[in-house]
Amino acid sequence: MSGHTRVFEKTALWRDERVLKIAGQIISAAILIGFVYWGIANFLEATTQRGMSLTYGFLKEPAGFPIAESFIVYEPTMSFGRAFLVGLVNTLIVSILGIIFATILGLFIGLARLSSNWLVSRIALAYIEFHRNIPLLVLLFLWYFGFFSRLPRVKDSITLPGPIYMNQRGLYLAWPRLSETGDALMTFSLAGLILAVLAWIILRRIRKSTGRDTYFSWVSAGILLSFPVFGWIASGGTPLWIDIPVLKGFNFQGGLRLTPEFGAMLVGLTMYTAAFIAEVVRSGIQAVHKGQVEAARALGLRNNQLLGLVVIPQALRVVIPPLISQYLNLTKNSSLALTIGYQELFAIGKITINQAGRAVPIFIMVMATYLFLSLFTSILLNIYNRRVQFVEK
Amino acid sequence: MTAVTETIRPPAPPKPVEWMQKNLFSNWFNTLLTLIAVSFIYFTVITLGRWLLFTADWRPVTTYPVLFLVGQYPREELWRPGLSLLLSIFLVGMSWGVWEKYVKVFAIFLGALLGILALIPLDTQTFTPAIRATFLVCPLLIYAGFRVGHLGVIKGYHVALLWLISLITIILVFLPGFGDSTILPEVPTTAWGGLIITLLLAVGGIVLSFPIGVLLALGRRSSLPVVRLFSILFIETVRGVPLVTILFMFSVILALFLPSESRIDRLVRALMGIVIFSAAYTAENVRGGLQAIPQGQVEAAKALGLTNFQITAFIVLPQALRLVIPSIVGQFISLFKDTTLVVIVGINDLLGIGKAVLNLDPEYIRLQTEVYLFVALVFWVFSYFMSFASQQLEKALGVGER
Amino acid sequence: MHKVISIFSLLVIAVLLTACGGAAPTAEPIKVVETVVVTVEVPGETIVTQPESYGSIATRVRERGKLICGGRTDLLGFGYLDADGKSIGFDIDFCRAVAAAVLGDPDAIEIVPLTAADRGPALQTGEVDLLSRNVTWNSKRDAEWGNFTTVMFYDGQGFIVGADSGIGTLADMDGATVCVTSGTTTESNLATAFADAGLTYEAVTFEETAAVYGAYEEGRCDVATSDKSQLASVRAGFASPDDHVILDVTISKEPLTPVVPAGDDQWLDIVKTMAWALINAEEYGVTSSNVEEMKTGPNANVRIMLGEADWGNVALGLEADALARAIAAVGNYGEMYDRYFGPSGLAFSLDRGLNNLWTNGGLIYAPPIR
Repeated sequence: MSGHTRVFEKTALWRDERVLKIAGQIISAAILIGFVYWGIANFLEATTQRGMSLTYGFLKEPAGFPIAESFIVYEPTMSFGRAFLVGLVNTLIVSILGIIFATILGLFIGLARLSSNWLVSRIALAYIEFHRNIPLLVLLFLWYFGFFSRLPRVKDSITLPGPIYMNQRGLYLAWPRLSETGDALMTFSLAGLILAVLAWIILRRIRKSTGRDTYFSWVSAGILLSFPVFGWIASGGTPLWIDIPVLKGFNFQGGLRLTPEFGAMLVGLTMYTAAFIAEVVRSGIQAVHKGQVEAARALGLRNNQLLGLVVIPQALRVVIPPLISQYLNLTKNSSLALTIGYQELFAIGKITINQAGRAVPIFIMVMATYLFLSLFTSILLNIYNRRVQFVEK
Repeated sequence: MTAVTETIRPPAPPKPVEWMQKNLFSNWFNTLLTLIAVSFIYFTVITLGRWLLFTADWRPVTTYPVLFLVGQYPREELWRPGLSLLLSIFLVGMSWGVWEKYVKVFAIFLGALLGILALIPLDTQTFTPAIRATFLVCPLLIYAGFRVGHLGVIKGYHVALLWLISLITIILVFLPGFGDSTILPEVPTTAWGGLIITLLLAVGGIVLSFPIGVLLALGRRSSLPVVRLFSILFIETVRGVPLVTILFMFSVILALFLPSESRIDRLVRALMGIVIFSAAYTAENVRGGLQAIPQGQVEAAKALGLTNFQITAFIVLPQALRLVIPSIVGQFISLFKDTTLVVIVGINDLLGIGKAVLNLDPEYIRLQTEVYLFVALVFWVFSYFMSFASQQLEKALGVGER
Repeated sequence: MHKVISIFSLLVIAVLLTACGGAAPTAEPIKVVETVVVTVEVPGETIVTQPESYGSIATRVRERGKLICGGRTDLLGFGYLDADGKSIGFDIDFCRAVAAAVLGDPDAIEIVPLTAADRGPALQTGEVDLLSRNVTWNSKRDAEWGNFTTVMFYDGQGFIVGADSGIGTLADMDGATVCVTSGTTTESNLATAFADAGLTYEAVTFEETAAVYGAYEEGRCDVATSDKSQLASVRAGFASPDDHVILDVTISKEPLTPVVPAGDDQWLDIVKTMAWALINAEEYGVTSSNVEEMKTGPNANVRIMLGEADWGNVALGLEADALARAIAAVGNYGEMYDRYFGPSGLAFSLDRGLNNLWTNGGLIYAPPIR
C-alpha cells in the first residue's frame, strides 16, 4: 500500500482570506482617518481665521438671565455653568418622568389594542393613529395653547385641599424642603439606597449559587426604609419644613411650582411616545410564534400566565432595541421645549450663545451632554438586551 | 339500513345584537369598559365638534392656500411645480394599477381630495383658475394611470424605475432650473417652501436613509473589528444627539469643516442631517429583526452552500425586515414629521410657512391653533396612508400569523 | 472565488460606510470667490485678518447677476410675505434699492430667511452679501459680524401691558411675569434693565413671536416686551386693542441697521451711499414718480445725486444714475416708511417719531451726496 500524504497548497497571498480581511480593514481605517484629519485641519484653519475662540472660560461669567423653572437654586447672578446645570436638571426630570409615564401608558394601550373588546381595541387604534401621524411640535402647541393656557387666571385659581392651586401660571403644591439640619437626612437616605441595592445584588447572587433562601427582597426593603428613619433621628427631629404657596402681588410665591410649560411638555411627550411604544409592544407580541401560544393553551395555562411566562419574555427580544430608540427619542425630543417656553438644556444653550456669543464650544458642550445621557441609557439597556437574547448552543 | 347524513352548515354571521354581546358585553369587565369608552367618545366628539364648527377661524388657511403649497416659488414659474404634480399623480395612478391593494385607497382618496379642492369656493385671488384646472385634471389622470398600469406589459419594477427617474428629474432639473435658460430660469432653493419642501425632504430622506441604515445594521454585526467599531460609533453617536443639534451643526458648523471656498446648498445640508439621523435609527430597528433570526437559519444555509452575501441577502434580511416592518414604517413616519424641525435652521417647510402666515396680519396672531391644526391634518393624511400601506404589506407577508 | 468577491464587497461596504459616516461629503460644491472674514474677538484675543479684497463683493454680485440678502419672512412690516409669496417689507425694499443701484434690476434679489442664530455666521461665511434683517447695531456686533452701514430705523424696546393692570412704570413690574422672544437682544436688555433697577421678574420665553403674543393675550404673562414697532403692530391685531397699552417706558436703544461683510470697503461705501441717497431724496422732495423731472430740476445738489456729476460713483464702480434707479425703484425714505407704516400702510400705522427727518425733529439725517 502506498501512503498518500496530503499536500497543502499554499493559497496565494492576494487570495488568502485572512490577509484580505486585514488589508481591507487597514485600508478603510486609513481612509476614514484621512477624512477626519482633513476635516479637522479645515476646522482649525477656519476658526483661527475668524478669531472664534474655543475656550470654556466664559462658563464662569455671570449669566444675567433668569430661568423661569429651576429645580435647583438659581439666580441670574450665578454663572453660565450654573445655568447650564439648571437646564440639564430640567431635561433630566422631564425625560425620566416622561419615560416612566410613556412606558406605562404605551404598554396599556398596546395591550388594549390587542384586546378582544371591539370598542376598546378601536379606541386604542384611534389614539395610536392620531398621535403617530402628527408632528410632536404641533402636539406640544396644541396642548399648550389649547389646554394649559386656557386654565383660569391667577385670581380665579382652582383651589384644592393641600393647599394645591391650579391656574394658567402653573400648579402650586405645598412641598417639604430641607432645613439646616436636613443634611443628615439626605446622607442617610442616600447611604440607605446604595446599601439596599448592594444588598439586593449580593444576596440574590448568593441565593443563585448556593440555593439558600436569603430573603433578599425583605432585607433590602428593610434597609431602604430604616435608614431614612435613622437620618431623621440623627438630624434632631426637624429636618424638613413645609413650604406653602401664598399669593403675593402678581403670582403665588413659595411651594413647589410646576409651570404649564412643564405640564404641556410632559403631557405632550408622554402621549406622543406612548403611541409609538404601543406599536412596538404590539409588534413584539405578534412576533411571538403562534405555535407558542397554541401550545401554552393546550397545556392549560391561563391568560395571565400565558402572557407573563410565555409571550412577554419572548416578545422582549424583539421589543428592546426599538424601545431603547423610543426612550432616546423622548429624551431628545425634550429639546423642542423652547417653542413652548420650557427652559431645558438646548434652550439654555441657545440663550447662552445669544448672550456669550461662543457658538462652537457651547454647541459641543450641549451635544456632548446629550451624547453622554444617551450612551449611558443605551449601555444599561443593551446589557439587559444581551441577557434576554436567544442563548444558542 | 340507510345512513342519514346531516349537512353541517357553517355558522351564520352573528346578528348585530349577538355580535355586540360577544364583542362588547361578554363579561362584566368588558361591559364596564364599553360604557367608559362610549362616554369618553361622546364627550370628545361633542367638545371638538363644537369648537371646529363655531369658534374656529380658518382665515389664515383659506386666504393663502398657494403659500402653503409652494411657498415663495415665483408665481410665473408655477407651471413647473404644476407639471411635476401632474406627473406624480399619473405615476400614483400607475402604481395603483400595478400594486393594487396597497395604493388603491390612497389613490382614490387623493383623486377625490384634489377634485374637491378644485371646486371648493375660496374667496382669494391667489387660487387662480389655472390652479383649479390643474387640480381638476388629477382624478382623470389617476384613472388614466390606473388603466395604463393595468396593462399586462407594465411590471412593478418598471413603475419603480419610472418613479426614480421622475423624482430625480423633478428635484434636480425641473424645479431648480438653470441660471441662463429661458425656459427653465433658475429658482433658488431659498424660494421653495411649503409642502414641496416637506415632501422633498421626506422622500429624499426615506429613500437615502434606508439602504444606509441596513448597511450599518449589517456592519454592526460584522466580524471585522474595524467595520463593526465604526458602525457602533456612528450609530451610537448619531442616535445620542437630538435632530435639532444635528441640523444646527450641518447648517452652521459644517462650513467650518470644509475648505472655505465650497458652499453647499442649505437644503442639501438639511437633507444630509436628516438622512444621517434616520439611517442610525433604521439601523437599530433592523438590528432588532436580525437578532430574532435563529442561528439555525444561517447554519442551514451554509450547509446548503450559499455564500455569505447570498445568506444575508436572501435568507436573513427578508425575514428580519419582515419582522420589524411596524418599527421601520414608524421610523419613516417619524422622519416625515421630523422634517418640520428644519424650520429651526431657517428653511420654510409647511410649518415654517404656517409661522410666516401667522405673522402676515396682526389679526392672525390669535389663530395659532387653527393653523397648527391644519398643518397637523396635512401631516396626518400623508402619514396615515403610509401606515395603511404598511399594514397591507404586513398582511400580505403574514407577519404575526406564521 | 466567492470568498474574494465577498471580501471585496465588504471592502466596498466599508468604504461606503466611511464615506457616508466620516466628515460629511460635499455635494455639488459651488465655487465662489474666496471669502475670508475678519472677526475680532473682544477682548484681547489674537487677530488674524485677511480682509475681503476691495471690490470683491460687487464683482461677485455682478457675476452672479443677483444680490443675496439675508432677511426675514415672518416679521410684519419689515420682512414678510404677500399673498403671492413675494417677500415684501421695509428691509426687503432696502435690498431692492441696492439691487437697483448695482444691477439695475430691483427684482434681482434672493432673500435667504435667516434665524437669529444664523445671522452672524451667514455674514461671516459670505453666504449673504447684505444682511437687512432688523439687526440692532451695537459695538460687539460691529466688531464681530461685519460692517454696519447706516441706521435706517430707530427703535426702542418697550412693554405692552393690560390697560387695567395698574402698571405704569418699570418699578410697577416687580415680580411680574414677562413674555419675551428668545435669542435676541430683547431678552438680554430685559434682564439688564430689571437687574439694574433691583427688580425681579419671571420670564416666559418662546422661540417665535406669534407664541409670545398669543400667551400674553391669554393672560399667561402680565407684560410682553419687544421693539416698540413690533408692539404697535401686534396691538392692532388683538381682539380688543383698547384693552392694551404700550407704556412710555423705553429700556434700550435699537438702531436697526443693514450690515455688510467685513473687509470690502467699496461695498460698504456703496450701500451707505445708497442709504444716504434715500434719505436725501426725501429731504429734497424727490419721489419715485418725479425722479426723471428732478434730473433736470432747479436744485444742483439733486441733479448731482441723480447723475449729473461724479458723486463718488466712479470710485465705487457704479453708473452715474445708480442712485436715481434706486429711488425710482423703491421711492425715498418717506415713501418706503409710509408704504408699510404710514396711515394707510400695508402693515400697520406707526407714528414716525424718531424716524422723521432731522428737519422735522427726528433723527434721520444723512451726509450730502456730492
